[in-house]
Amino acid sequence: MSASRTRGRWRWLMYVVLCLAASFFLMPVYMMVVTALKDPAEISLDTAWQLPSVWNWASFADAWQAFLPKLRNSLILTVTASATSAMLGSLNGYVFAKWPFPGAKIVFALILFGMFIPYQAILIPLFGFIRAIGLYGTIWGLVVVHTVYGLPITTLIFRNYYTEIPDSLIEASALEGAGFFAIYRHVVFPLSLPGFVVVVIWQFTQIWNEFLFAVSLSNPASQPITVALAQLAGGEAVRWNLPMAGALLAALPTLLVYVVFGRYFVRGLLAGSVKG
Amino acid sequence: MRWRKHTNQITGFLVVLPSIVLVAVFVYGFIGRALWASLTDWGKDPSQALALNPVTRFIGLQNYRELFTGFIDGRFRQDMVSTVFFTVFFLAGCLLFGLLLAILIDHKPRGEALFRGVFLFPFALSFVVTGTIWRWLLQPGGGVNQLPTLVGLRPATFEWLTSRQQVWRFDWNDLPVIIGLLAAATLAAVAVVARRAGRRRRAIGFALGSAAVLGLAVGVAPGWRPLPFPELHGFNLAFIGIVVAAVWQMAGYTMALYLAGLTGIPEELREAAVVEGANEWQLYTRIILPLMAPITLSAMIVLGHISLKIFDLVFAMAGPDNAWTDVPALLMFITTFRGNQFAKGAAIGVILLVLVAMIIVPYLRSQLRKGVRE
Amino acid sequence: MNRPGSFFLAAALASLFATAPARAQDKLEIFSWWAGDEGPALKALIDLYSKKYPNIQVINSTVTGGSGVNARAVLKTRMLGGDPPDSFQVHAGQELIGTWVVANRMEDLSDLFKSEGWMAQFPKGLIALLSARNGIWSVPVNIHRSNVMWYVPANLKKWGVSPPKTLDEFLATCKTLQGKGVQHPLALGENWTYNHLWESVALGVLGPEDWTALWTGKLKFNDPKAVKVWATFGQVLDFANPDASGLSWQQATDRMLKGTAAFNVMGDWAAGYMATTLKLKPGEGFGWEASPGTGGVFMMLSDSFGLPKGVKHRDAALKWLRELGSKEGQDTFNPLKGSIAARLDSDLSKYNAYLQSAAKDWKTNKVVGSLAHGAVAPEAFASQFGTVMEIFLASKNAEAAANAAQAIADQVGLGK
Repeated sequence: MSASRTRGRWRWLMYVVLCLAASFFLMPVYMMVVTALKDPAEISLDTAWQLPSVWNWASFADAWQAFLPKLRNSLILTVTASATSAMLGSLNGYVFAKWPFPGAKIVFALILFGMFIPYQAILIPLFGFIRAIGLYGTIWGLVVVHTVYGLPITTLIFRNYYTEIPDSLIEASALEGAGFFAIYRHVVFPLSLPGFVVVVIWQFTQIWNEFLFAVSLSNPASQPITVALAQLAGGEAVRWNLPMAGALLAALPTLLVYVVFGRYFVRGLLAGSVKG
Repeated sequence: MRWRKHTNQITGFLVVLPSIVLVAVFVYGFIGRALWASLTDWGKDPSQALALNPVTRFIGLQNYRELFTGFIDGRFRQDMVSTVFFTVFFLAGCLLFGLLLAILIDHKPRGEALFRGVFLFPFALSFVVTGTIWRWLLQPGGGVNQLPTLVGLRPATFEWLTSRQQVWRFDWNDLPVIIGLLAAATLAAVAVVARRAGRRRRAIGFALGSAAVLGLAVGVAPGWRPLPFPELHGFNLAFIGIVVAAVWQMAGYTMALYLAGLTGIPEELREAAVVEGANEWQLYTRIILPLMAPITLSAMIVLGHISLKIFDLVFAMAGPDNAWTDVPALLMFITTFRGNQFAKGAAIGVILLVLVAMIIVPYLRSQLRKGVRE
Repeated sequence: MNRPGSFFLAAALASLFATAPARAQDKLEIFSWWAGDEGPALKALIDLYSKKYPNIQVINSTVTGGSGVNARAVLKTRMLGGDPPDSFQVHAGQELIGTWVVANRMEDLSDLFKSEGWMAQFPKGLIALLSARNGIWSVPVNIHRSNVMWYVPANLKKWGVSPPKTLDEFLATCKTLQGKGVQHPLALGENWTYNHLWESVALGVLGPEDWTALWTGKLKFNDPKAVKVWATFGQVLDFANPDASGLSWQQATDRMLKGTAAFNVMGDWAAGYMATTLKLKPGEGFGWEASPGTGGVFMMLSDSFGLPKGVKHRDAALKWLRELGSKEGQDTFNPLKGSIAARLDSDLSKYNAYLQSAAKDWKTNKVVGSLAHGAVAPEAFASQFGTVMEIFLASKNAEAAANAAQAIADQVGLGK
């Protein structure tokens, strides 16, 4: 099937283009790795592309040291907030797709709009509120914030996904006497895996990498990794091997999630989650 | 049955209620606070700006007037222009690149999974990391400019993020005319589309509207000068570097979207086209690309709102002080937290919000209306 | 689930969420944006404090990034929310006064200064900069000098020139150097280094009295004397490298060290960079002079800590401030930071050759404040000065820049 899609002679061109594109995408990674492995004295603009003379693994060790205490914070934050916003999004999507109450369309649109606001604009009132409810400086404050601001996108993805489920399935189950939650548990939830994958991947990426709320709403004990990463690159004279090593390390968990769930990601996108 | 449906709807509402409340507070409540702040003079008086209980006066739309017509706020106006250019190039780059990569991968090359992974992985990085790496790569003395030396040529000398060049300059005072012309053209295009679809009343309506706007643009607008002095704006070449980094990060995601769409095209459709004698090019332009239209729209919405709000990437790449790569979100940040102009910063935030809404709201309305028809 | 199992599960979950056990001890939270190479100096100071007060737990909240913008965002968000840190780092002078003191958020430290005898230990010029509205508002930990010009003595000898003392000499020397093949004798870096260079030029053109008059509102920015500053600045810029915007300040200093440029006007943290990171010997590997036209004047910037009103641990904070202003504290912090102590009785044996020379100047020179580093202008002005600089760089029009500066000064009420 694939071979019949292109005549043989154009296939080499396809590979050339793909390899060129791949090198464009990988070039910065090469730079990151090479810089991370250099001794600080060796890092300079003129020799940026050259391989290190001595492979300085110490940068990774040092970055790891700086990160380790924050890793726990990031993990708690990201896993909890992703799971919670995914669960809530699934329930919301179920309601909007299958049991729209009068006015549901407007409510859905209003919730969806929350996805588009610029976060710097609401930082000050947000801080005041988080502080007022006593969650400032804790990881739970961040969990609440990320869960709430994740609701619009997770609701959208699940709602689109669930509209693909035929109503007949729902009706059949209802005829058998199943109620709201029973239908969810027995019909909708088992079908939701691709939707959850898309949502979890998206939320994991967003929350793990987020900086503004992380730095404003946490204190040293509850800082996530993104803040630690910024500390590495701070100061008057930056020794670039550290931030580069740190960035590579910080990207690993999200990459891991991609590798493990990547297949389902595309399938999940396909299954109607982001169709127009 | 109806009673059952009714009960389930009520249950549904109760299930969604917590989300409604949370969004009401965290989104609309805070936007309301920001909107209110933007209508005050909070920040103009240093003795009140950071006081424990700031006393501020209501000054209506003065902050907005200053932003659009005040002498000092030229930087804001350039930011608006820059955002438009950046959005256009960023969207075009991601869509074209993403589509191209998706089509190539759809041909199932060897190592497909590897290629897919390579293209998608930048999406896993934070904008801060991307910005830091690309800042390094685009430093004029090294990085990308040194690449030609690898094949024996002399190093490139483009200044990338530090460039002070500006092209396609226009005077801010000509803006009403330019906007009028663009609006007239858009309305005319809609009229043509409606005519082709056979909806004559709609077509006539839009055609008349277009003519009216054109008349305004040519007749009235030139006399309406927002600024008492000429002020040139244009496309800052320094943004090229930012576009490259942003496309690098998001093209993979766009590719994944298109790939999902391409995989969803039934094989029978392709085979039928081949049977009818279509070559590859016609297959793509006549059949496949039109089917991708909804995905393109989705992608444009997501990418568009990212581009309007872009902050982390520019901050990491060019820092807060580079006027040539400034964007509204960054200006809002430093106006608020470095200049202590809280009201003005809030005004910039509200303007950003309105911009985003102008794109999102029509999209949402068309989506929901479609739902009704189905 | 069986009962022991659920108990252990609960205990495990609880331990995940447990915080440090609460002891009967006091806390102190200090807020700064020091990180990286500056970290060790702060840490040494904290260690000194902890040794003296072992049952006060010090929480070191640093927020780096964006040349302090992130820290400011977090600090202001907290202060607006009514949750001040016990003490925070702030540039001494108008950056503190114009933002926090006028908003009535800081406690007056005059009593502390008197009880610790600091009125005699800090130069009068410094105390003047720290004071406003009959109060003194922060304790300076260190002093950096802004108006320094660096060069490599061997290179200057090679080219047959001597370090210029006035702006005219500087322009003439640069011309000579261009004849000798040094195309861009002045090494310049990105954005803020322009502002840094500008204030040295301004001080050289105006002199200390008029410089101070700018900031009290007595001299207007579009006064012909002040307009001349921009014209001279333009002439100085003609000798700078055109690719300046792409270089960090260290990379500009590197240019001077390598011999690509002859002079580099930078604050004396450059000495720390050259002496500590690059291991050059002060006086041999690099030499210094007051920037052209500013001999006898010490343009200072200082990192300092104040006492916000309504902090949770006021006593601990006051103890911290006492440490900061003490001879031991300052002589622990500054050799590591690469700056000099604000105190006049500092033990100079702990400092390297450059810092000793700077300390001598500190005792004898006239002291004025820096613009680029928060001493003489409030944030509302300093934050917009970049716009003025951009206007000048784009148009090279001294009048335009001067008018823009005055417009901003009027808008923020400078000097009132």
